[in-house]
Amino acid sequence: MKICICISNVPDTTTKIKFVNNNTAFDNAGVQWIINPWDELALTRALDLKDANAGAIEKITVVNVGLADADPTIRKALAIGADNAIRINAEPKDAYFIATQLAEVIKKEAFDIILCGIESCDYNGSTVGGMLAEMLAYPSVSSASFLDIQNGQIIVKREIDGGQELLGTKLPFIAIVQKGIAKEPRIPSMRGIMTAKTKPLQVVEAVAGEPFLSYNSFELPKSKAACKKIDPENVKELVNLLHNEAKVI
Amino acid sequence: MSVLVYTENWDGKFKKLSFELISYANEIAKKLNSTVVALSIGNVAEDELKLLGNYGATKVLSVVHDKIKGLDNQVFTSIIAQAVEKEKSTVVVFAHNNTGKAIAPRLSVRLKAGLVAGVTAVPASFKPFTVVKKVFTSKALSTVVVNTPVQIVTLLQNTYGIIETATPVVVEAFHPQIQDAEFTTDIKEVSKVTGKILLTDAEIVVSGGRGMKGPENWGVIEELASLLGAATACSRPVSDEGWRPHDEHTGQTGKVIAPNLYIAAGISGAIQHLGGVSGSKCIVAINKDPDAPIFEAADYGIVGDVLKVLPEMIAAVKELKNS
Repeated sequence: MKICICISNVPDTTTKIKFVNNNTAFDNAGVQWIINPWDELALTRALDLKDANAGAIEKITVVNVGLADADPTIRKALAIGADNAIRINAEPKDAYFIATQLAEVIKKEAFDIILCGIESCDYNGSTVGGMLAEMLAYPSVSSASFLDIQNGQIIVKREIDGGQELLGTKLPFIAIVQKGIAKEPRIPSMRGIMTAKTKPLQVVEAVAGEPFLSYNSFELPKSKAACKKIDPENVKELVNLLHNEAKVI
Repeated sequence: MSVLVYTENWDGKFKKLSFELISYANEIAKKLNSTVVALSIGNVAEDELKLLGNYGATKVLSVVHDKIKGLDNQVFTSIIAQAVEKEKSTVVVFAHNNTGKAIAPRLSVRLKAGLVAGVTAVPASFKPFTVVKKVFTSKALSTVVVNTPVQIVTLLQNTYGIIETATPVVVEAFHPQIQDAEFTTDIKEVSKVTGKILLTDAEIVVSGGRGMKGPENWGVIEELASLLGAATACSRPVSDEGWRPHDEHTGQTGKVIAPNLYIAAGISGAIQHLGGVSGSKCIVAINKDPDAPIFEAADYGIVGDVLKVLPEMIAAVKELKNS
């Protein structure tokens, strides 16, 4: 069985967001780049499955759509434990464009399970996984918070309002994963970091594709009015303000 | 021409969310000189379907099919695509919830229609279709232009509101073509907590962080929540520690919510946490550290020990309720 994890190269979650070129582009200056947190959880789960099902999973491949500046992030995924990586050499324009590129590679590689994080913490599209599934005509399970292989059968659970559903599905399929799929992301070991340098990172050229969306301009949210501080000895006042001023209780 | 809304049902009932989606679509339809058509899949009584007319829907397409037991992404995509074609819809509206996130991207590919996920307002213009959405996990906003003839949006819950507009509405049975081969997932088991207020539906949320010191202290969070008819939530360290279930985690990688009131108890307000709650209409922060970043996002704040403040707050709310 071959597992593919689609990874996105995103600014570290603590990044202070700034824009340049008259607020039409993200300011890369000084930004630390990471594996998108949901994608990192997906990778962790895939590695856990490989450890628990020795022999059943032959290969874990990470695929990214990006330019060469994504390579350090891809190497990190290899250091965490992926066996090989494919980078599709293109600037990721929008979700449709990204899914188009991923679909092309995934079709050729014939993976059995494809994992995508439910969203990326840059453009928060929460769309690539579903789009990819439709392009490939594969079943998709979204909001997946549990994935296991038991006696060769895939067991996947998805989050629903107030609970979970246990699903059966056909292979190949795409799981669009969210929190819960793995406990905590794995940290690369020293040995992992050393071997990552020699693991295959194949760069393939992009296919033609047009985006559906253009992100024309950006702005920062308006700053809030100052917080009204209430004396800790007078908690009653807070409740009064919430009732009479904010009218929320 | 029409604006199509997929209105999910929960055991045959709609929720406030459904009415918010119709209200939102109605404003778009007015601007486009178009009408709102709702699509319902599953068994919903006619009286319930007609409720959608109170918010601007002029037609409700109702799909009832023996083989549909729950959400199958491919089947639902196929049904909605057929409804779009039938009603000549130019805009399709979903909720930005588990269901919307599962189907809207597939529909986008099927219809070659650009999808903007997680919008919070109606489009600023329609030629070209331009709408603002949150990016970088609510740390910024972007003006997005959709370059396709049909557009799809998913609306973040509790950001637009409900507007009543009594409209004559017709309910029409709709029989789309569905092939057996389109069913690719089957639901084997459902586990569901009933009677609990869902975090994403709640108008008030009481949330605890590491300042609560341990799971044994959650009684006050739960008591305050139950008094206020609120849902309970927590910060990431709390769910990572296993003090609370992960489905309560609000923040960048957890749930993104926009309640009317968010009470953050013992939460420092790391940028990742704020990303998930900054859409709240009113934020109350209780923290012993006066420099905690949560106070920058809060409307009201108390610098003090949560374990002392919360019981006093419970007493004050009880007093208010009795007065």
